[in-house]
Amino acid sequence: MTFIDYYKVLGIEKTATPADIKNAYRKLARKYHPDLNPNDKDAKANFQQINEANAVLSDPEKRKKYDQYGKDWQHADEFEKAKQTQGQTSGQRSTGYSETQFEGNFSDFFESMFGGATSTGRSGQVKYRGEDYNAELHLNLIDAYNSHKQTLTVNGENIRITIPAGIENGQTIKIAGHGGQGINGGPNGDLYITFLIANDPKFKRLDNNLYTKVDLDLYTAVLGGEITIDTLNGKVKLNVKPETQNGSKIKLKNKGFPVYKNEGQFGDLYITYVIKIPTNLTDKQRTLFIELSKL
Amino acid sequence: MQTENLIAIEEFCANHNIEISFISTLEQTGLIEIITIEETWFIDVSQLQYLEKFVRFYYELGINIEGIETITHLLQRINGLQDEITALKNRLRLYEPNEYGEL
Repeated sequence: MTFIDYYKVLGIEKTATPADIKNAYRKLARKYHPDLNPNDKDAKANFQQINEANAVLSDPEKRKKYDQYGKDWQHADEFEKAKQTQGQTSGQRSTGYSETQFEGNFSDFFESMFGGATSTGRSGQVKYRGEDYNAELHLNLIDAYNSHKQTLTVNGENIRITIPAGIENGQTIKIAGHGGQGINGGPNGDLYITFLIANDPKFKRLDNNLYTKVDLDLYTAVLGGEITIDTLNGKVKLNVKPETQNGSKIKLKNKGFPVYKNEGQFGDLYITYVIKIPTNLTDKQRTLFIELSKL
Repeated sequence: MQTENLIAIEEFCANHNIEISFISTLEQTGLIEIITIEETWFIDVSQLQYLEKFVRFYYELGINIEGIETITHLLQRINGLQDEITALKNRLRLYEPNEYGEL
Protein backbone atom coordinates (compact mmCIF):
# COMPACT_ATOMS: atom_id res chain seq x y z
CA MET A 1 0.00 0.00 0.00
CA THR A 2 1.49 3.32 -1.00
CA PHE A 3 0.62 6.86 -0.07
CA ILE A 4 -1.44 8.66 -2.70
CA ASP A 5 -1.03 12.38 -3.10
CA TYR A 6 -4.62 13.37 -3.82
CA TYR A 7 -3.63 16.98 -4.49
CA LYS A 8 -1.27 15.80 -7.17
CA VAL A 9 -3.94 13.52 -8.62
CA LEU A 10 -6.24 16.51 -9.09
CA GLY A 11 -3.35 18.79 -10.06
CA ILE A 12 -4.06 21.36 -7.35
CA GLU A 13 -2.18 23.06 -4.52
CA LYS A 14 -2.68 22.17 -0.86
CA THR A 15 -4.22 25.59 -0.42
CA ALA A 16 -6.93 24.87 -3.00
CA THR A 17 -10.42 26.11 -2.15
CA PRO A 18 -13.49 23.85 -2.39
CA ALA A 19 -14.31 25.60 -5.69
CA ASP A 20 -10.82 24.83 -7.02
CA ILE A 21 -11.25 21.17 -6.05
CA LYS A 22 -14.65 20.98 -7.73
CA ASN A 23 -13.33 22.61 -10.90
CA ALA A 24 -10.26 20.37 -11.03
CA TYR A 25 -12.36 17.26 -10.44
CA ARG A 26 -14.91 18.15 -13.09
CA LYS A 27 -12.22 18.97 -15.61
CA LEU A 28 -10.47 15.63 -15.12
CA ALA A 29 -13.72 13.67 -14.77
CA ARG A 30 -14.87 15.01 -18.14
CA LYS A 31 -11.65 13.66 -19.59
CA TYR A 32 -11.64 10.24 -17.96
CA HIS A 33 -15.27 9.42 -17.09
CA PRO A 34 -16.03 5.84 -18.23
CA ASP A 35 -19.22 7.06 -19.91
CA LEU A 36 -17.03 9.15 -22.18
CA ASN A 37 -14.37 6.49 -22.67
CA PRO A 38 -16.19 3.25 -23.41
CA ASN A 39 -14.04 0.09 -23.10
CA ASP A 40 -10.99 2.07 -22.00
CA LYS A 41 -9.47 0.39 -18.95
CA ASP A 42 -6.82 3.10 -18.48
CA ALA A 43 -9.43 5.84 -18.42
CA LYS A 44 -11.47 3.86 -15.91
CA ALA A 45 -8.45 3.44 -13.62
CA ASN A 46 -7.65 7.15 -13.90
CA PHE A 47 -11.24 8.06 -13.18
CA GLN A 48 -11.31 5.91 -10.06
CA GLN A 49 -8.24 7.69 -8.75
CA ILE A 50 -9.69 11.13 -9.52
CA ASN A 51 -12.96 10.13 -7.90
CA GLU A 52 -11.16 8.92 -4.81
CA ALA A 53 -9.15 12.15 -4.58
CA ASN A 54 -12.36 14.15 -4.91
CA ALA A 55 -14.15 12.02 -2.32
CA VAL A 56 -11.44 12.89 0.20
CA LEU A 57 -10.65 16.49 -0.65
CA SER A 58 -14.25 17.65 -1.16
CA ASP A 59 -15.25 16.37 2.27
CA PRO A 60 -13.95 18.83 4.91
CA GLU A 61 -13.62 16.12 7.61
CA LYS A 62 -11.74 13.73 5.36
CA ARG A 63 -9.55 16.45 3.95
CA LYS A 64 -8.66 17.52 7.46
CA LYS A 65 -7.72 13.98 8.43
CA TYR A 66 -5.80 13.51 5.21
CA ASP A 67 -3.94 16.81 5.63
CA GLN A 68 -3.23 16.08 9.27
CA TYR A 69 -1.80 12.61 8.91
CA GLY A 70 -0.70 12.61 5.28
CA LYS A 71 2.07 10.08 4.83
CA ASP A 72 1.58 8.84 8.38
CA TRP A 73 -1.89 7.58 7.50
CA GLN A 74 -1.01 4.14 8.84
CA HIS A 75 -0.93 5.61 12.34
CA ALA A 76 -4.07 7.71 11.89
CA ASP A 77 -6.32 5.35 13.80
CA GLU A 78 -3.89 5.16 16.70
CA PHE A 79 -3.83 8.94 16.86
CA GLU A 80 -7.62 9.04 16.67
CA LYS A 81 -7.97 6.55 19.49
CA ALA A 82 -5.53 8.50 21.59
CA LYS A 83 -7.58 11.62 20.98
CA GLN A 84 -10.82 9.89 21.91
CA THR A 85 -9.39 8.72 25.21
CA GLN A 86 -8.51 12.33 25.90
CA GLY A 87 -12.21 13.14 25.57
CA GLN A 88 -12.03 14.77 22.14
CA THR A 89 -14.58 14.07 19.47
CA SER A 90 -13.49 12.36 16.32
CA GLY A 91 -14.91 12.92 12.86
CA GLN A 92 -17.93 10.81 12.07
CA ARG A 93 -17.22 8.23 9.44
CA SER A 94 -19.78 8.11 6.69
CA THR A 95 -20.40 4.92 4.81
CA GLY A 96 -22.48 3.93 1.82
CA TYR A 97 -21.95 4.57 -1.83
CA SER A 98 -21.39 7.64 -3.81
CA GLU A 99 -23.79 8.47 -6.59
CA THR A 100 -21.29 7.48 -9.21
CA GLN A 101 -21.74 3.91 -10.27
CA PHE A 102 -18.05 3.49 -10.98
CA GLU A 103 -16.97 4.47 -7.54
CA GLY A 104 -16.95 1.04 -5.98
CA ASN A 105 -13.23 0.41 -6.27
CA PHE A 106 -11.23 2.53 -3.87
CA SER A 107 -7.52 2.10 -3.34
CA ASP A 108 -6.18 0.14 -0.38
CA PHE A 109 -4.81 3.44 0.87
CA PHE A 110 -8.29 4.98 0.90
CA GLU A 111 -9.94 1.91 2.45
CA SER A 112 -7.31 1.86 5.15
CA MET A 113 -7.67 5.53 5.99
CA PHE A 114 -11.40 6.07 5.56
CA GLY A 115 -12.83 2.58 5.70
CA GLY A 116 -14.78 2.38 2.46
CA ALA A 117 -16.65 4.32 -0.14
CA THR A 118 -18.32 7.55 0.83
CA SER A 119 -21.42 9.48 0.09
CA THR A 120 -20.61 12.65 -1.76
CA GLY A 121 -23.51 13.05 -4.10
CA ARG A 122 -26.87 14.72 -4.17
CA SER A 123 -28.26 12.25 -1.66
CA GLY A 124 -27.12 9.12 0.12
CA GLN A 125 -30.47 7.46 -0.56
CA VAL A 126 -30.39 7.84 -4.32
CA LYS A 127 -30.97 4.57 -6.18
CA TYR A 128 -28.39 3.68 -8.77
CA ARG A 129 -27.77 0.93 -11.23
CA GLY A 130 -24.95 -1.36 -10.27
CA GLU A 131 -21.64 -1.29 -12.11
CA ASP A 132 -21.44 -2.93 -15.52
CA TYR A 133 -18.95 -5.77 -15.67
CA ASN A 134 -16.83 -6.62 -18.68
CA ALA A 135 -15.43 -10.07 -19.35
CA GLU A 136 -13.63 -11.81 -22.19
CA LEU A 137 -14.35 -15.34 -23.32
CA HIS A 138 -11.88 -17.21 -25.49
CA LEU A 139 -13.31 -19.72 -27.95
CA ASN A 140 -12.03 -21.94 -30.73
CA LEU A 141 -13.58 -21.61 -34.15
CA ILE A 142 -15.40 -24.90 -33.71
CA ASP A 143 -16.89 -23.65 -30.40
CA ALA A 144 -18.36 -20.69 -32.22
CA TYR A 145 -19.73 -22.98 -34.94
CA ASN A 146 -22.30 -24.61 -32.68
CA SER A 147 -24.76 -23.03 -30.25
CA HIS A 148 -23.80 -24.28 -26.84
CA LYS A 149 -24.17 -23.54 -23.16
CA GLN A 150 -21.22 -22.52 -21.05
CA THR A 151 -20.85 -21.72 -17.37
CA LEU A 152 -18.84 -18.64 -16.50
CA THR A 153 -17.69 -17.50 -13.11
CA VAL A 154 -17.95 -13.75 -12.76
CA ASN A 155 -17.07 -12.23 -9.38
CA GLY A 156 -17.65 -15.58 -7.68
CA GLU A 157 -21.06 -16.11 -9.26
CA ASN A 158 -21.66 -18.93 -11.74
CA ILE A 159 -23.62 -17.83 -14.77
CA ARG A 160 -24.81 -20.29 -17.39
CA ILE A 161 -25.12 -18.67 -20.78
CA THR A 162 -26.01 -19.85 -24.25
CA ILE A 163 -23.46 -18.89 -26.85
CA PRO A 164 -25.29 -18.61 -30.17
CA ALA A 165 -23.67 -20.22 -33.19
CA GLY A 166 -22.02 -17.75 -35.53
CA ILE A 167 -20.78 -15.35 -32.90
CA GLU A 168 -18.11 -13.06 -34.36
CA ASN A 169 -14.59 -12.53 -33.09
CA GLY A 170 -14.62 -9.31 -31.04
CA GLN A 171 -18.42 -9.31 -30.70
CA THR A 172 -19.82 -8.27 -27.34
CA ILE A 173 -23.09 -9.52 -25.91
CA LYS A 174 -24.95 -8.15 -22.93
CA ILE A 175 -26.23 -10.36 -20.11
CA ALA A 176 -28.74 -8.11 -18.42
CA GLY A 177 -28.71 -7.90 -14.64
CA HIS A 178 -25.51 -9.88 -14.06
CA GLY A 179 -23.28 -6.88 -13.36
CA GLY A 180 -22.69 -5.23 -9.99
CA GLN A 181 -25.47 -5.03 -7.45
CA GLY A 182 -27.70 -1.98 -7.57
CA ILE A 183 -27.19 0.71 -4.95
CA ASN A 184 -29.95 1.55 -2.48
CA GLY A 185 -32.32 -0.84 -4.25
CA GLY A 186 -31.41 0.27 -7.77
CA PRO A 187 -31.26 -2.31 -10.58
CA ASN A 188 -28.19 -4.48 -11.07
CA GLY A 189 -25.69 -3.57 -13.75
CA ASP A 190 -25.15 -5.69 -16.84
CA LEU A 191 -22.45 -8.13 -17.79
CA TYR A 192 -20.78 -7.54 -21.15
CA ILE A 193 -18.94 -10.51 -22.62
CA THR A 194 -16.56 -10.03 -25.51
CA PHE A 195 -15.78 -13.16 -27.49
CA LEU A 196 -12.25 -13.73 -28.69
CA ILE A 197 -12.07 -16.51 -31.25
CA ALA A 198 -8.67 -18.03 -31.86
CA ASN A 199 -7.39 -18.47 -35.40
CA ASP A 200 -7.98 -21.98 -36.69
CA PRO A 201 -5.03 -23.68 -38.41
CA LYS A 202 -7.22 -25.06 -41.16
CA PHE A 203 -10.11 -22.68 -41.72
CA LYS A 204 -10.14 -18.92 -41.99
CA ARG A 205 -13.33 -17.04 -41.46
CA LEU A 206 -14.58 -13.83 -42.96
CA ASP A 207 -18.10 -12.90 -41.88
CA ASN A 208 -20.06 -16.10 -42.53
CA ASN A 209 -17.75 -17.54 -45.14
CA LEU A 210 -14.94 -19.99 -44.52
CA TYR A 211 -11.74 -20.34 -46.52
CA THR A 212 -9.50 -23.37 -46.63
CA LYS A 213 -6.75 -24.91 -48.75
CA VAL A 214 -6.88 -28.47 -49.99
CA ASP A 215 -3.87 -30.38 -51.28
CA LEU A 216 -4.39 -32.13 -54.60
CA ASP A 217 -2.00 -34.69 -56.05
CA LEU A 218 -0.78 -34.04 -59.56
CA TYR A 219 -2.53 -37.01 -61.11
CA THR A 220 -5.97 -36.09 -59.72
CA ALA A 221 -5.40 -32.50 -60.80
CA VAL A 222 -4.54 -33.58 -64.34
CA LEU A 223 -6.96 -36.45 -64.80
CA GLY A 224 -9.75 -35.45 -62.38
CA GLY A 225 -11.22 -37.68 -59.73
CA GLU A 226 -12.97 -37.83 -56.41
CA ILE A 227 -11.53 -36.54 -53.13
CA THR A 228 -12.85 -36.26 -49.57
CA ILE A 229 -12.34 -33.03 -47.67
CA ASP A 230 -12.97 -31.89 -44.10
CA THR A 231 -15.54 -29.21 -43.35
CA LEU A 232 -16.51 -27.93 -39.91
CA ASN A 233 -19.48 -30.26 -39.84
CA GLY A 234 -17.97 -33.41 -41.26
CA LYS A 235 -16.42 -34.82 -44.39
CA VAL A 236 -17.63 -34.01 -47.90
CA LYS A 237 -16.91 -35.82 -51.18
CA LEU A 238 -15.88 -33.65 -54.09
CA ASN A 239 -15.46 -34.29 -57.79
CA VAL A 240 -12.30 -32.69 -59.12
CA LYS A 241 -12.46 -31.62 -62.75
CA PRO A 242 -9.69 -32.82 -65.07
CA GLU A 243 -6.93 -30.26 -65.72
CA THR A 244 -7.54 -28.40 -62.49
CA GLN A 245 -5.02 -25.57 -62.11
CA ASN A 246 -2.97 -24.84 -59.00
CA GLY A 247 -4.64 -22.08 -56.94
CA SER A 248 -8.05 -22.56 -58.53
CA LYS A 249 -11.00 -22.01 -56.23
CA ILE A 250 -14.34 -23.66 -55.79
CA LYS A 251 -17.28 -22.67 -53.62
CA LEU A 252 -19.34 -25.07 -51.53
CA LYS A 253 -22.62 -23.33 -50.92
CA ASN A 254 -23.97 -23.36 -47.35
CA LYS A 255 -20.91 -25.19 -46.01
CA GLY A 256 -19.51 -22.09 -44.34
CA PHE A 257 -20.19 -20.60 -40.91
CA PRO A 258 -23.67 -20.38 -39.36
CA VAL A 259 -25.30 -16.98 -39.64
CA TYR A 260 -25.61 -15.43 -36.17
CA LYS A 261 -29.14 -15.78 -34.80
CA ASN A 262 -30.47 -17.08 -38.14
CA GLU A 263 -30.88 -20.77 -37.50
CA GLY A 264 -30.37 -22.99 -40.53
CA GLN A 265 -28.58 -20.31 -42.54
CA PHE A 266 -24.93 -20.75 -43.42
CA GLY A 267 -22.27 -18.92 -45.37
CA ASP A 268 -20.17 -20.64 -48.03
CA LEU A 269 -16.94 -22.60 -47.91
CA TYR A 270 -14.27 -21.52 -50.40
CA ILE A 271 -11.64 -24.09 -51.26
CA THR A 272 -8.34 -23.27 -52.91
CA TYR A 273 -6.55 -26.22 -54.50
CA VAL A 274 -2.85 -26.56 -53.86
CA ILE A 275 -1.36 -29.01 -56.32
CA LYS A 276 1.47 -31.08 -54.91
CA ILE A 277 4.19 -32.02 -57.38
CA PRO A 278 5.39 -35.59 -56.75
CA THR A 279 8.82 -35.96 -55.20
CA ASN A 280 11.27 -38.88 -54.99
CA LEU A 281 10.28 -40.10 -58.45
CA THR A 282 11.05 -43.67 -59.38
CA ASP A 283 13.06 -44.31 -62.53
CA LYS A 284 9.91 -45.42 -64.30
CA GLN A 285 8.02 -42.28 -63.32
CA ARG A 286 10.90 -40.09 -64.45
CA THR A 287 11.04 -41.94 -67.79
CA LEU A 288 7.33 -41.53 -68.30
CA PHE A 289 7.48 -37.81 -67.48
CA ILE A 290 10.30 -37.40 -70.02
CA GLU A 291 8.18 -39.22 -72.58
CA LEU A 292 5.25 -36.98 -71.78
CA SER A 293 7.35 -33.88 -72.15
CA LYS A 294 8.41 -34.96 -75.64
CA LEU A 295 4.86 -35.54 -76.90
CA MET B 1 -50.63 -1.03 -23.30
CA GLN B 2 -48.26 -3.06 -21.13
CA THR B 3 -46.63 -0.94 -18.46
CA GLU B 4 -44.36 -3.54 -16.87
CA ASN B 5 -41.34 -2.31 -18.82
CA LEU B 6 -42.05 1.33 -18.14
CA ILE B 7 -40.65 3.53 -15.41
CA ALA B 8 -42.61 6.52 -14.19
CA ILE B 9 -40.61 9.69 -14.75
CA GLU B 10 -41.87 11.12 -11.48
CA GLU B 11 -40.53 8.11 -9.59
CA PHE B 12 -37.21 8.23 -11.44
CA CYS B 13 -36.81 11.92 -10.63
CA ALA B 14 -37.70 11.36 -6.97
CA ASN B 15 -35.17 8.55 -6.68
CA HIS B 16 -32.42 10.56 -8.32
CA ASN B 17 -33.31 13.90 -6.75
CA ILE B 18 -33.55 15.61 -10.10
CA GLU B 19 -36.07 17.92 -11.66
CA ILE B 20 -38.67 16.72 -14.14
CA SER B 21 -37.81 19.69 -16.35
CA PHE B 22 -34.41 18.08 -16.99
CA ILE B 23 -36.10 14.97 -18.42
CA SER B 24 -38.43 17.17 -20.42
CA THR B 25 -35.46 19.00 -21.96
CA LEU B 26 -33.82 15.69 -22.86
CA GLU B 27 -37.01 14.67 -24.60
CA GLN B 28 -37.26 17.95 -26.49
CA THR B 29 -33.75 17.47 -27.88
CA GLY B 30 -34.58 13.92 -28.92
CA LEU B 31 -32.13 12.29 -26.55
CA ILE B 32 -34.82 10.19 -24.88
CA GLU B 33 -38.36 9.23 -25.69
CA ILE B 34 -41.16 9.78 -23.23
CA ILE B 35 -44.30 7.67 -23.30
CA THR B 36 -47.48 9.30 -22.00
CA ILE B 37 -50.22 7.08 -20.60
CA GLU B 38 -53.22 8.74 -18.99
CA GLU B 39 -51.29 11.95 -18.51
CA THR B 40 -48.43 10.17 -16.71
CA TRP B 41 -44.95 10.24 -18.20
CA PHE B 42 -42.92 7.05 -18.52
CA ILE B 43 -39.71 5.91 -20.09
CA ASP B 44 -39.06 2.44 -21.40
CA VAL B 45 -36.70 0.41 -19.21
CA SER B 46 -34.38 -0.03 -22.22
CA GLN B 47 -33.66 3.72 -22.03
CA LEU B 48 -32.80 3.69 -18.35
CA GLN B 49 -29.06 3.25 -18.85
CA TYR B 50 -28.97 6.19 -21.28
CA LEU B 51 -31.04 8.37 -19.00
CA GLU B 52 -28.78 7.59 -16.04
CA LYS B 53 -25.78 8.41 -18.18
CA PHE B 54 -27.31 11.80 -19.09
CA VAL B 55 -27.98 12.45 -15.40
CA ARG B 56 -24.32 11.79 -14.63
CA PHE B 57 -23.18 14.05 -17.48
CA TYR B 58 -25.40 16.90 -16.35
CA TYR B 59 -25.24 16.74 -12.57
CA GLU B 60 -21.82 15.24 -11.91
CA LEU B 61 -19.75 16.55 -14.79
CA GLY B 62 -21.55 19.84 -15.26
CA ILE B 63 -22.13 19.24 -18.98
CA ASN B 64 -25.03 21.19 -20.43
CA ILE B 65 -27.70 19.77 -22.72
CA GLU B 66 -25.92 20.92 -25.89
CA GLY B 67 -22.77 19.19 -24.64
CA ILE B 68 -24.71 16.01 -23.92
CA GLU B 69 -26.12 16.06 -27.45
CA THR B 70 -22.65 16.47 -28.93
CA ILE B 71 -21.15 13.76 -26.74
CA THR B 72 -23.96 11.34 -27.55
CA HIS B 73 -23.42 11.90 -31.24
CA LEU B 74 -19.67 11.40 -30.92
CA LEU B 75 -20.07 8.28 -28.77
CA GLN B 76 -22.33 6.80 -31.44
CA ARG B 77 -19.61 7.51 -33.97
CA ILE B 78 -16.98 5.92 -31.71
CA ASN B 79 -19.14 2.80 -31.35
CA GLY B 80 -19.57 2.63 -35.12
CA LEU B 81 -15.84 3.02 -35.66
CA GLN B 82 -15.07 0.38 -33.03
CA ASP B 83 -17.37 -2.05 -34.86
CA GLU B 84 -15.61 -1.19 -38.10
CA ILE B 85 -12.19 -1.78 -36.52
CA THR B 86 -13.34 -5.20 -35.26
CA ALA B 87 -14.59 -6.11 -38.75
CA LEU B 88 -11.32 -4.95 -40.32
CA LYS B 89 -9.23 -6.85 -37.76
CA ASN B 90 -11.20 -9.99 -38.56
CA ARG B 91 -10.57 -9.42 -42.26
CA LEU B 92 -6.83 -9.01 -41.56
CA ARG B 93 -6.79 -12.39 -39.84
CA LEU B 94 -7.36 -13.91 -43.28
CA TYR B 95 -3.84 -12.84 -44.18
CA GLU B 96 -2.16 -13.93 -40.95
CA PRO B 97 -0.03 -17.04 -41.28
CA ASN B 98 -1.18 -20.17 -39.46
CA GLU B 99 0.95 -22.11 -36.98
CA TYR B 100 2.92 -23.62 -39.87
CA GLY B 101 3.73 -20.18 -41.24
CA GLU B 102 1.35 -20.64 -44.18
CA LEU B 103 -0.99 -17.92 -45.34
